[in-house]
Amino acid sequence: MTLALRLTELEKTFPLKGGLFGGPRGHVHAVNPTSLEVRQGETLGIVGESGCGKSTLARMLVGLLPPTSGAIEIEGEPLSRADPAAFGRKIQYVFQDPISSLNPRKTIRQIMEAPLKHLHKMGAEQRAARISEIFAAVNLREEFLERYPHEFSGGQAQRIGIARALAAQARILILDEPVSALDVSVQAQVLNLLADLKTEFGLTYLFISHDLAVVEAVSDRVAVLYFGSVVELGPAERIFARPHHPYTKLLADSAPVVGRPLTAPEAKGTELPNPIDPPSGCAFHARCPRASEKCRQVTPELFDMGDGTQAACYHPVNTE
Amino acid sequence: MRDFLRLLARNQLALAGLIVLSAVVLLALVTPLLPLQAPNVTNTGDRFLPPFTEGHLLGTDHLGRDLFSRLMYGTRLSLAVGFAAAVIAAVLGAAIGILAGYYGGRTDNVIMRGVDMLMAFPYILLALAIVAALGPGLLNALVAVAAVNIPFFARNIRGITVGIAHKEFVDAARLSGMGDMRIMLGEVLPNVIPVIVIAMSTTVGWMILETAGLSFLGLGSQPPVADLGSMLGEARSALITNPHTSVVPGVMILIIVMAINLLGDGIRDALDPRLRSGALTRPMAATTVRRDGPVPEAREGALLDIRELQTQFHVKKRVYRAVGGVDLEVKPGECLGLIGESGSGKSVTALSVMGLVASPPGVITGGRVDYKGTDLIGARYEQLRTLRGREIAYIFQDPLATLHPLYKVGDQLIEAMTAHGRAPKEGARQKAIELLKSVRIPNAEKRIDSYPHEMSGGMRQRAGIAMALANDPEVIIADEPTTALDVTVQAQILSLLDDLRRSRGLAIIFITHDFGVVAQLCDRVAVMYAGRIVEEGPTAEVLATPAHPYTKRLIACVPELGEGRRKLAAIPGLPPPVDDLPPGCAFAPRCAKATPACTEPPIELMPFAGTRAVRCIHPENDAAAREAAE
Amino acid sequence: MGSYILKRLLSAIPVLLGISVIVFLIMAMIPGDPATAILGSYATPENVARINRDLGLDQPLVARYFIWLGNMLTGDFGRSFSLNRPVLDEVLDRFGATMILAGTAFVLCSILGVAAGVVSAARQYGFADKAITFVVLIGISIPSFFLGMMMILIFAVNLRWFPVSGMWPIYGGRTLWSLLDHLIMPALALAVVATGVIARLARSAMLEVLRQDYIRTARAKGVHERSVIWRHALRAAMVSIIPVLGIQAGFVLSGAVYIEIVFQWPGVGRMLVDAILTRDILLVQGGVVFVAACYVLFNIAVDVAQSLLDPRIKT
Repeated sequence: MTLALRLTELEKTFPLKGGLFGGPRGHVHAVNPTSLEVRQGETLGIVGESGCGKSTLARMLVGLLPPTSGAIEIEGEPLSRADPAAFGRKIQYVFQDPISSLNPRKTIRQIMEAPLKHLHKMGAEQRAARISEIFAAVNLREEFLERYPHEFSGGQAQRIGIARALAAQARILILDEPVSALDVSVQAQVLNLLADLKTEFGLTYLFISHDLAVVEAVSDRVAVLYFGSVVELGPAERIFARPHHPYTKLLADSAPVVGRPLTAPEAKGTELPNPIDPPSGCAFHARCPRASEKCRQVTPELFDMGDGTQAACYHPVNTE
Repeated sequence: MRDFLRLLARNQLALAGLIVLSAVVLLALVTPLLPLQAPNVTNTGDRFLPPFTEGHLLGTDHLGRDLFSRLMYGTRLSLAVGFAAAVIAAVLGAAIGILAGYYGGRTDNVIMRGVDMLMAFPYILLALAIVAALGPGLLNALVAVAAVNIPFFARNIRGITVGIAHKEFVDAARLSGMGDMRIMLGEVLPNVIPVIVIAMSTTVGWMILETAGLSFLGLGSQPPVADLGSMLGEARSALITNPHTSVVPGVMILIIVMAINLLGDGIRDALDPRLRSGALTRPMAATTVRRDGPVPEAREGALLDIRELQTQFHVKKRVYRAVGGVDLEVKPGECLGLIGESGSGKSVTALSVMGLVASPPGVITGGRVDYKGTDLIGARYEQLRTLRGREIAYIFQDPLATLHPLYKVGDQLIEAMTAHGRAPKEGARQKAIELLKSVRIPNAEKRIDSYPHEMSGGMRQRAGIAMALANDPEVIIADEPTTALDVTVQAQILSLLDDLRRSRGLAIIFITHDFGVVAQLCDRVAVMYAGRIVEEGPTAEVLATPAHPYTKRLIACVPELGEGRRKLAAIPGLPPPVDDLPPGCAFAPRCAKATPACTEPPIELMPFAGTRAVRCIHPENDAAAREAAE
Repeated sequence: MGSYILKRLLSAIPVLLGISVIVFLIMAMIPGDPATAILGSYATPENVARINRDLGLDQPLVARYFIWLGNMLTGDFGRSFSLNRPVLDEVLDRFGATMILAGTAFVLCSILGVAAGVVSAARQYGFADKAITFVVLIGISIPSFFLGMMMILIFAVNLRWFPVSGMWPIYGGRTLWSLLDHLIMPALALAVVATGVIARLARSAMLEVLRQDYIRTARAKGVHERSVIWRHALRAAMVSIIPVLGIQAGFVLSGAVYIEIVFQWPGVGRMLVDAILTRDILLVQGGVVFVAACYVLFNIAVDVAQSLLDPRIKT
């Protein structure tokens, strides 16, 4: 089994501006030290609510944000931070907002050519041939190449974004909420295309989303992020069906489902913790019905739950 | 580019400015070729000749020089200096602004501190200091004016660049292996150029005024050569005795600068993308109503009855039929779900009820909205206003954008009551606190003095709900109230709304794109597609046995939790644009069951299985539904 | 609140230092030496050397800056050779007159500009909007000195409504009325350009705000349209108008230079221009630093006003 991606203790903190003499007032932990492994050809889903650090994590993986500490390894090789092109050839990013990820003043051809030109130094003929190939793969007509981004619908623009990522010939794609800006009927088109491309090109996906149902439908494994840490990690078919971490359970219970009556699954402490002044111990303890004294003091690590799932909890639910 | 010129040409004022300016520039260019008298030759015998004297069209000045000739040469000089100053300031300012905005951090800090220092001077002090140092002279005045304006450009362009540098396409370019220099020139600059052009076109006139001003003070062009400013300066001493020597150069400056300003406004309007789509118009207090057809009658038994409602957006020559004849009714205490994808017209339907569709460009062109016997569409503004919020209240999508950022939440709540004379002065605050408590905001006594930005998204939406409840309305129209919220918060808001409607007997129209939400909250559901209701009926039945092929396939697209990894169903194609709807069924082009009859209008909303209705001639589950009904 | 004002005041110190450095460097660029200029025909080598030593001009640039700065901080701005009196005394005498003129004009243009902008936006494309837009266009296109001259010609010379120039009557008492009589024309001429700029900005700020979702919320609550415009929309629009008022104050102060010349108003602007023409460098230097410093303080007041208006600014 080969690893496509390995993160070791990857961490990101942001300085807080606004001290009297321009110095930082403190630090916000956007991503706590996180270790993850993604197998070749796997889709790892990452879910979490706004502010849980999922986008920060993604941006570190493609080199758009320098990590505060920790290491990224791609296919066994550590990634050099000095060479941005090295990132681009190995790992690419598909953005949430398809329209704003395309420069409004460039034609689609110019946009598509950039990675071929700068990452692979291809000549003009080679580029044209490669672009035709990719456009065929994502079901886009070549006449689109001479148009500008504003002429496309969200779904089409997202296909162009995917095509651009493919042009870089990276084997790992970070998909950051790739369908959340799209309507459901179009969302399915894009998700199915992504699934086809994965088999065709042997890709590895990191699929980030806040939509549990979508993540479950496309992923092999899912990591649940809360407040900058992975709280549960397990196979997609089990993680929401039999959640172990109380937060995962809360998420699964909150998703509106046809045929389930309305209940407010949470009664107490609904606010997220303050990132400037994080709580001690488990970040979820204030909202957790099972919290004990230990939870308030010691941060739990990921424990093996026996069924292939790991959860960072001292009092997991659904255990035999 | 062609678009730009067309837009510019359509703007008559800008066109007038362009023509005048072109004429002046052309004259200035050919001035040396014209048979004019030498501008600087004095002839004291002919001092202060009035205009229209033989041989001196505009008369002569205090040294007997021909004013017309001096005016032409002066114009030439003023234009040249003004434009040169603008170009220099724009190029240097933009370069500084792009560097600072793109790199950010320390580079930005150092550069912008310097710019702030320069802007801390009233501009003329800096210009005077520079001229004092370099000595009077036109070239030095040019340097001073350009230097003084660089900070304005730098700051303006920096702001725009910061916005662009954080756009996703810049990240994408970085991932495509482009270096900083390439990104600045290839990705950022093309997006900044329109702003530079706008800034330049709106400041050229100003720079001409400024250089003229320095010359007027005697610090610009030096005798005997004169630009328009120094002509005015020299004429000042004879202002009372021979006003024409002042009026001639003064009016010329006015004409030039006015032409430039008109043209500059035109260029700005043509280049500004927001103005291009006609967006920067002020929405009026109520939507414009232009009903041509007969007004339909209201039905019995409904609290709020929407009949054949049509709302359109008129943008230039295009007509977008956002709502194309919608019928809906809500009974007291009922929760009706209105579901559809983006662009289906569900929000416009909701906003039309109280005349809240932005107008221009929105126009209600037909139908009736009947509330307790009053036709709201035809109602006068004052009548509509007294019903807004008191009888029919709204909850909107994004609570950060929909609450006023500068007023405390409590004050906004109290205002909702006082607007209808519902609150005694002292009791208002107490009532507001009670309202906040009723939407389960913890610590309401303190929260009432919070500003919206101090609250979390869920709390803000609770405050929004409290505001809707302030006057005990009969109907609440909730326009995607939970779409912007996280799923755990959404669940709480939904159950709050459900409790409130049961305890207060509220009728709710709930607009959403989420079938799960509809299933949990609504008694009945109406499905919209391309501006029309395609299916309507009790929620459980519609979801279990959808009758319209669109409903059926849309439900199939929605992944549901707990079904594991799978391939999802999709609907090929896109909804039709509402300014170009196909005849007959709007879904026919995407529908697998479509027959030629589907493309023939009209296809009406037909009763289906008793309590339901469907706009389809080949409905799904026809037999099954009929069986169930019998 | 207090801590915010303190913070802003502290942050003004580097700006003030920066201003003094800029002015000092510009003045140091002047070719020729002041000693010769001061002494004129008495400029023997010994006299020049003595003056240079007296003025500290034989020191290196950095040292000269600190000497100059130190002197200024103790209130010693040097001596004007053309007027033969201390620079600070002259500047202070003149500054009062400028403040009366510029202050009146600033108040006028703020009130008129904002009101015109709001009315214009509220009646977009209506008659009032078109009329205001037209007047504003002329206002921002006309040179203030030309406008001033035309006003003198029409209202002082032809109609004889106001005196031609000056701040006080040549004969008779210095009463408030006589001051107002002299003030009206120059203040109006000075206010016109800034009124135009502010009105345009206020109009577009209002249009921008009126499209916001919270305005729709206010209407959905049933708030009266008058209150929607003047309470909800204007308050939000002021957030972008106030910084422009601060900038326009600088423009009014700048325009005062022209108006003071046209109307013979005994202010700082006229003094500066005269000083430049007579190459009275110390007077220029002192006047520029003094006025710029006042403007910096004024802008702090603007920032404080802004923070009172907008709770999102951290105090």
